[in-house]
Amino acid sequence: MAARAEAGAPLRVTSNPSPPDRYRLVTLIVALTAPVALIVIVYILFQQAWASVTHFGLHFLVGTDWNPVTLDFGALPGIFGTVTTSLLALALALPVGVAAALVLAEQGHERVRGFVGTGIELLAAIPSVVYGIWALYVLGPWTFEHIESPVSDRFSNVGWLAQASPRSLFTAGLILAVMILPTLTAVSRDVIRAVPRGMKENSVALGATWWETTWQVILPAARSGIFGATILGLGRALGETIAVTMVIGNNYQIPPSIFSPAYTLASVIANEFTEATGALYPAALVELGLVLILVTLVVNIVALLLVRSTAARAAI
Amino acid sequence: MTRNLRRRFTDRLAFSGAYALTGVALIPLALVLFYTASRGLPAISHTEFFTNVERPVGVPGAGVAHAIVGTLILVGIASVAAIPIGVLGGIYLAEYGTNRIADGIRLGCDVLIGTPSIAIGLFAYALLVAPFHHFSGLSGSAALAVLMLPIVMRTTESAVSLIPGGLRESGLALGLARWRVSLQLILPAAAPGVVTGALLSVARASGETAPLLFTGFGNPFLRFDPTQPMAALPLIVYHFALLPYPSLQEQAWGAALVLVILVLIINLVSRYVLRRQIRLAGQL
Repeated sequence: MAARAEAGAPLRVTSNPSPPDRYRLVTLIVALTAPVALIVIVYILFQQAWASVTHFGLHFLVGTDWNPVTLDFGALPGIFGTVTTSLLALALALPVGVAAALVLAEQGHERVRGFVGTGIELLAAIPSVVYGIWALYVLGPWTFEHIESPVSDRFSNVGWLAQASPRSLFTAGLILAVMILPTLTAVSRDVIRAVPRGMKENSVALGATWWETTWQVILPAARSGIFGATILGLGRALGETIAVTMVIGNNYQIPPSIFSPAYTLASVIANEFTEATGALYPAALVELGLVLILVTLVVNIVALLLVRSTAARAAI
Repeated sequence: MTRNLRRRFTDRLAFSGAYALTGVALIPLALVLFYTASRGLPAISHTEFFTNVERPVGVPGAGVAHAIVGTLILVGIASVAAIPIGVLGGIYLAEYGTNRIADGIRLGCDVLIGTPSIAIGLFAYALLVAPFHHFSGLSGSAALAVLMLPIVMRTTESAVSLIPGGLRESGLALGLARWRVSLQLILPAAAPGVVTGALLSVARASGETAPLLFTGFGNPFLRFDPTQPMAALPLIVYHFALLPYPSLQEQAWGAALVLVILVLIINLVSRYVLRRQIRLAGQL
């Protein structure tokens, strides 16, 4: 520098006085891998499914056949199975999950909360294939004997409760409920905790009981967050593959009853993809995956935005 | 008076109801652990289970050594790929994460965490199996790495965010470069939290079946070459559980028990590490 100044070279004033933060740039590029991976996944699935997308058009979504011999593919039974099992799972898991979240968000009872919290974390940690084998050999036969058979015998004239079978939509919904419970509980607990303490304290100071405070103050304040948690759970349930494949019975039909065997989008792919030959058959299977991933994408984004808006409002 | 009695009664009823439902939440955990332990123990009580590979039905002495090795290799390669990327990305989110781009990255991570793992399997198949015309351990590792990446990123972010700003400022005040402060000061301080996240992602990847179905595929032999089809514990559980042979079903339960033990150990270790982190953060 000094030498240049002595030589009379003009000193240039840079427009950017601080050096560019290369570290920031490098970590940014690395961090971008996650969203880029997501976009690439969707793009690749589109590309692989293209043959089927152009061949069947929108008819793919409403077709009810799945015939690799005549190359006639429709996704409706798979969509029906996926949606029904997931909604059933939500209906079963929601009350339990919110109750557990209330208990976990409660002050005091440290030991109980520690125990319940650990238990629910472990529930989340167990691999889905372990739930699958348990549901196949223990839960399925048990519900068949003690729930499905008695109910369908009693209501044999009600179509959607008839025809009990050990592998069914119902068993799949039940195991899914267990599997989404940790997600529902953890997210609900966080949004319930984010409800400002003052609101709760005011309610208690006015003489409200625990239940009145919970039902009329905490739950309404956390409502959209719990709704978000529910949809997040729905997203998990829609995409769950292995445990469902093991117990749903794998029958490509719109089942007449919730106790009948059915199929889900993910299960069809899991069972058939390695054996699919030709051009159209694998493409149709990938299109099932595409439908699945697009639905879960929308569901997840809506859920995450809801959860975040609740958390953000609580922070104010 | 009666109104207050009714209020109190409703309150107690709802309160007990909430605790009862919470108890219901833990029943499946107890049942799954009990059945996996009781049905898996007969299989894992033979030492051959850990030293031998698959045998045809009826031949005694079958084991899952190949699947244990396969899971270790698959998850090992995935970890080597996903953990450094995840950690560095998480550092960006924690240190510079107050802009729109960072919010987008967070959303991308969270959506990727919720993406069906079977779709990630299809993606790895299209990218790494179809062009080479055979299944491979590497493609399985790639699928698992995509699963692990967002988990590592988000947990690293929260671990680094927990470090008090004073540490960063004192480093910068001493004239250290930003990367030096971040990698040599902040990251070591946040290490236990980062390790916890990495461990949890390893646990998740070890138990995943769906992404391996058409990538790692499975292999009845003991193989160490990741360019070839590779066995994995979850695949053993899945395939054997659905077969009508009691001896194979017993092995499926055994493999399930090994998986559960693995996952439980990882969770307990990460809990211990995290508790240390919280104690350390208190001292900073």
